[in-house]
Amino acid sequence: MARMKFLCDSERCIECNGCVVACKNENHVPWGVNRRRVVVLGDGEPGEKSISVACMHCTDAPCAAVCPVDCFYTTDDGIVLHDKDLCIGCGYCFYACPFGAPQYPQQAAFGGRGKMDKCTFCAGGPEPDNSEVEYEKYGANRIAEGKLPLCAEMCATKALLAGDGDVVADIYRQRVLRRGGRPRTWGWQRAYGDKG
Amino acid sequence: METTIAVKRQVRRRVFVWGVFLVLSASVALPTAVTWVAAQAVQDANPQAAFWRAVREGASGYSAVRGPQANVLIDSRGEDWRNLRNGPVAGWGAAAMGGMVVLLLLYSVLHGRVRIEGGRSGRTVERWSVFNRTLHWYTASLFIVLAITGLSLLYGRAVLIPWMGLEAFSVYAAFSKVVHNYVGPAFAVGVVLILLLWLRFNLPERTDWQWIKAGGGLLGKGRHPHCGFMNAGEKIFTYGSMLVLGVVVVVTGFVLDFPNVPQARETYQLSQLLHDAAALAWITVMLGHIYLGLWGVEGALDGMISGEVDENWARQHHDLWYEQVKQADPTREAIRGPGQTDPGRSPTA
Repeated sequence: MARMKFLCDSERCIECNGCVVACKNENHVPWGVNRRRVVVLGDGEPGEKSISVACMHCTDAPCAAVCPVDCFYTTDDGIVLHDKDLCIGCGYCFYACPFGAPQYPQQAAFGGRGKMDKCTFCAGGPEPDNSEVEYEKYGANRIAEGKLPLCAEMCATKALLAGDGDVVADIYRQRVLRRGGRPRTWGWQRAYGDKG
Repeated sequence: METTIAVKRQVRRRVFVWGVFLVLSASVALPTAVTWVAAQAVQDANPQAAFWRAVREGASGYSAVRGPQANVLIDSRGEDWRNLRNGPVAGWGAAAMGGMVVLLLLYSVLHGRVRIEGGRSGRTVERWSVFNRTLHWYTASLFIVLAITGLSLLYGRAVLIPWMGLEAFSVYAAFSKVVHNYVGPAFAVGVVLILLLWLRFNLPERTDWQWIKAGGGLLGKGRHPHCGFMNAGEKIFTYGSMLVLGVVVVVTGFVLDFPNVPQARETYQLSQLLHDAAALAWITVMLGHIYLGLWGVEGALDGMISGEVDENWARQHHDLWYEQVKQADPTREAIRGPGQTDPGRSPTA
């Protein structure tokens, strides 16, 4: 079974935010929520780097560990999903996540959090695959259609890679060999541990 | 001849000493130099190391996406929060509360209730006015609601989900969250009022130390130590826990309760840890308070129900206060109020 991972090649990302737009359009995420974002480090300085980041679908996911209602589950592909019918919008997954992935539509008074929304690796949720109710709650389920997340497929510079972790790592390794320098499997150690 | 041999020997000794010195210093200096050069070479080969280390440690940049800390790529402190909350806080909290329950059970079995000496006299003294009783039960009932909903959110996944199932618990947890969030600020009002209005009863006195040394009259069946309106146990545990733990719980609770005033993730993490730890300690202390009030000390509950305590109870537990009340109004057989000692007494009571 494949182990799905994201990898953003910091030598290629040009901060076009195409992935952010692609995600927003494909999944029709709620107002104020962006499942993916691009962070620019050292903006405007020599050696500036841009990285696109979303839920990394961690191996030992901190969000799942702290959820009081146990609404997270990991698919056979290693994708971390959650059940919005169970979520109570407590905010704990946001406190725990190293990547700032979980977000909440403001739905109640005093900024009370609605049901959490995050990147699904374009794999929908616990509802029947590609059903209307699944699309409404979680957005597209491209994985069920045999496709990869749209953010990576749309990436103009092929900086953002998504798919089986071994394949992604192979592609990246070849790039590093060709261009020299050091590999920057950014966030992988945090998300997937030393073993990957 | 003798002198030339002596000179030669001296020269040889000097050469030997300098040789040893050179070898020793070189053995220290050479490896140091090699390591230093190597370190420089490594740094040159990886000039970006510091940059990426800063990123891993939560350096912020720029993001076109607006959101709480959207410009931070990675912040690993959540992992510490997770480990502390799921580990020591939840573990020690459960141990403390469980330990307190066991302790109270043991005490009630081994020691039994503290009975009123000589039974009830039938004559009563007013101890708590209607206002103060209302304040107490208002705060107490909200405390219980908050404790049940809060404990459900912390321990529900381990305790209630196996029993209720995911769906039913989710409904209950959503309800608990809303109740906890809205009852919290109302509870804070009670805490603040109690802290302000009952401060004068809880100031330390000389008799407190004697009360502590005598074991509070709870241990052993000897003569109850002298005591004013409040004893040292009430001052330290009941009022003290409100002052220290209560203030921590209230302040951190307000931080967590208003996502429309967004805070940094680390502020939420720290607030949540302090809120949990202080609340668990507070519940532990209040278990003792509830036991003593409801069952442990006969006659104590009267003061918070009718507001009147039996004279014999007052003489046994708060003799100095009783004397004071009696002196204030010695003519009346049934003394009906602590007079000036009670700031919250309503005019109709």
